[in-house]
Amino acid sequence: MQFLIDNFAALTVTGLAIGAVYSLIALGYTFVYGVLRLINFAHSEVFMYGSFAAVWVVMVIGGHPGGSIGQVIFWVALMFVAAMAMSGLVAVLIERVAYRPLRKRNAPPLIALISAIGASFVLSETMGLREKIAGWFGLDDTLRPYVNNSRNNVPLPSIIKPQGVFSIQGYEVTNVDIFVIVGAIAMMIMLDQFVSRSRLGRGIRAVAMDPEAAALMGVNRDRVIRVTFLVGGVMAGAAAVFYLLKIGSTRYDVGFILGVKAFTAAVLGGIGNLRGALLGGIVLGLAENYGSALVGTEWKDVVAFVLLVVILLFRPTGLLGESLGKARA
Amino acid sequence: MLLEVKGLCVNYGRIEAIRDISFTVEEGEIVTLIGANGAGKTTTMKTISGLRPVRAGTVTFNGEDITHMPSHERPVLGISQSPEGRGCFIGMSVMENLEMGTYARADRKSKAVKDDLDRVFELFPRLKERTNQAAGSMSGGEQQMLAMGRALMAKPKLLLLDEPSMGLAPKLIKQIFDIVTEINSQGTTVLLVEQNAAQALKRSHRAYILETGEIVREGTGMALAADPAVKAAYLGGDV
Ligand SMILES: Nc1ncnc2c1ncn2[C@@H]1O[C@H](COP(=O)(O)OP(=O)(O)OP(=O)(O)O)[C@@H](O)[C@H]1O
Ligand SMILES: [Mg+2]
Repeated sequence: MQFLIDNFAALTVTGLAIGAVYSLIALGYTFVYGVLRLINFAHSEVFMYGSFAAVWVVMVIGGHPGGSIGQVIFWVALMFVAAMAMSGLVAVLIERVAYRPLRKRNAPPLIALISAIGASFVLSETMGLREKIAGWFGLDDTLRPYVNNSRNNVPLPSIIKPQGVFSIQGYEVTNVDIFVIVGAIAMMIMLDQFVSRSRLGRGIRAVAMDPEAAALMGVNRDRVIRVTFLVGGVMAGAAAVFYLLKIGSTRYDVGFILGVKAFTAAVLGGIGNLRGALLGGIVLGLAENYGSALVGTEWKDVVAFVLLVVILLFRPTGLLGESLGKARA
Repeated sequence: MLLEVKGLCVNYGRIEAIRDISFTVEEGEIVTLIGANGAGKTTTMKTISGLRPVRAGTVTFNGEDITHMPSHERPVLGISQSPEGRGCFIGMSVMENLEMGTYARADRKSKAVKDDLDRVFELFPRLKERTNQAAGSMSGGEQQMLAMGRALMAKPKLLLLDEPSMGLAPKLIKQIFDIVTEINSQGTTVLLVEQNAAQALKRSHRAYILETGEIVREGTGMALAADPAVKAAYLGGDV
């Protein structure tokens, strides 16, 4: 208890930062669920591919410690572009390959779920076996830095040195902490505005609320679904960059536990509800950190799921309730 | 001919919901489909909007074969529907619902939309008082008005109304029929499905009677309303 009190500021800041990452990933789950009533279990891999794209792009352009401020901004911007493009692409491909054919044949939801789990394994193992796969094409030497030790951690070249900006309770809040928290929340506000104000955003909400009525208004459901996956993917790509800046490395199976956490956050906030995803992620991030301070770090994941179960016992539809429809201002 | 339905068959799995239905709607008309529960009226309406796949037959709109056209392309042609059970977007405000009606319009950013909105508010003053209310918190009758207003915002050539008077108080029912007549006199063709056969026949130019998926009679509204067999089956014996 004393430990929690002494380190309250540090725990809060880290909790917010990691919680913001959960929130951004959770958006993808919640968004797709709102429109398709389907848990896209492969979404964790969307995040993972984005994280690799971000690391690789820094390696390609030779990002290194001690760059000028202009260089650092350029590198980080490139990380965002690469990760968001990669994640968006992977998400759209998953929809195209794993879900659309089933939807066209009116497959029951359970089948789509199995397809999702399958896609998740295929994608993560493809990344985990990239050295072998590159070998098939004789590219393993050329691509050595990108594919070797493909089952180990891949560090992000340290392009930013976290610097304390101000301190509370003796904890130095760094520029990276602030960037991650503010950046992630800004992304979510942008998405919220897109969904509640733009024409396409309204189309998405209309399909989520009543697909047949939406079709009667002229909303193209297939297009809405594609955009939904794309937007969820882009958000996961941004999350991957924030994650890398905070944590510093990624791995082919990084999506597994993060995906489960983000999914938990989405359910915690109310699946299908965008603001719920934001709240769920933050609550989970904070609770995890406070909880592990109370009972020990090794209990962190246990704390997360106990929290989920307890909250769902009292609020079965999550903190803010279900539905993309209610996500409006 | 604005709408021509020819030899239409629609199934739900092995159940034949409608069998070999043919009818037409001329420009400027109010045409009504009446029939008992389960006769296939809603199925017919949904098929015209492209929400149900056609097993056999054709749907022609304004001379164009639209039998297999995706549903979301049909509002662009001028087909708009207020579906059975209203189908309002309950999480959206009244205004947002009305704006959804303009989703498919090419001129959705022009002043024409504003004029149409004024016209809808004139027909349904209640909606104007409630622009910011969530559709889901409106009463059944208000939602019915919203669904009709929303369909009108698409500026349709053909307005499909599936039971617009369902669940309304008698006074409101008359009001809804007045509005349908008004909309029609302003130049919109209407295809109506109604349980209130007496009122509907009185108001429509022509009508078709559906029984278990087939059209069994057709005629002018007046003629059918006067027909003893129709009276007995659909009008409760007296009109
Ligand atoms: N989604 C569905 N799945 C299976 N059968 C259906 C479905 N929808 C309708 N049916 C069947 O098709 C037939 C026609 O239904 P439809 O809804 O078109 O009738 P209706 O004339 O509109 O009836 P009501 O006056 O009750 O609205 C009925 O036998 C109904 O049971
Ligand atoms: Mg019906």
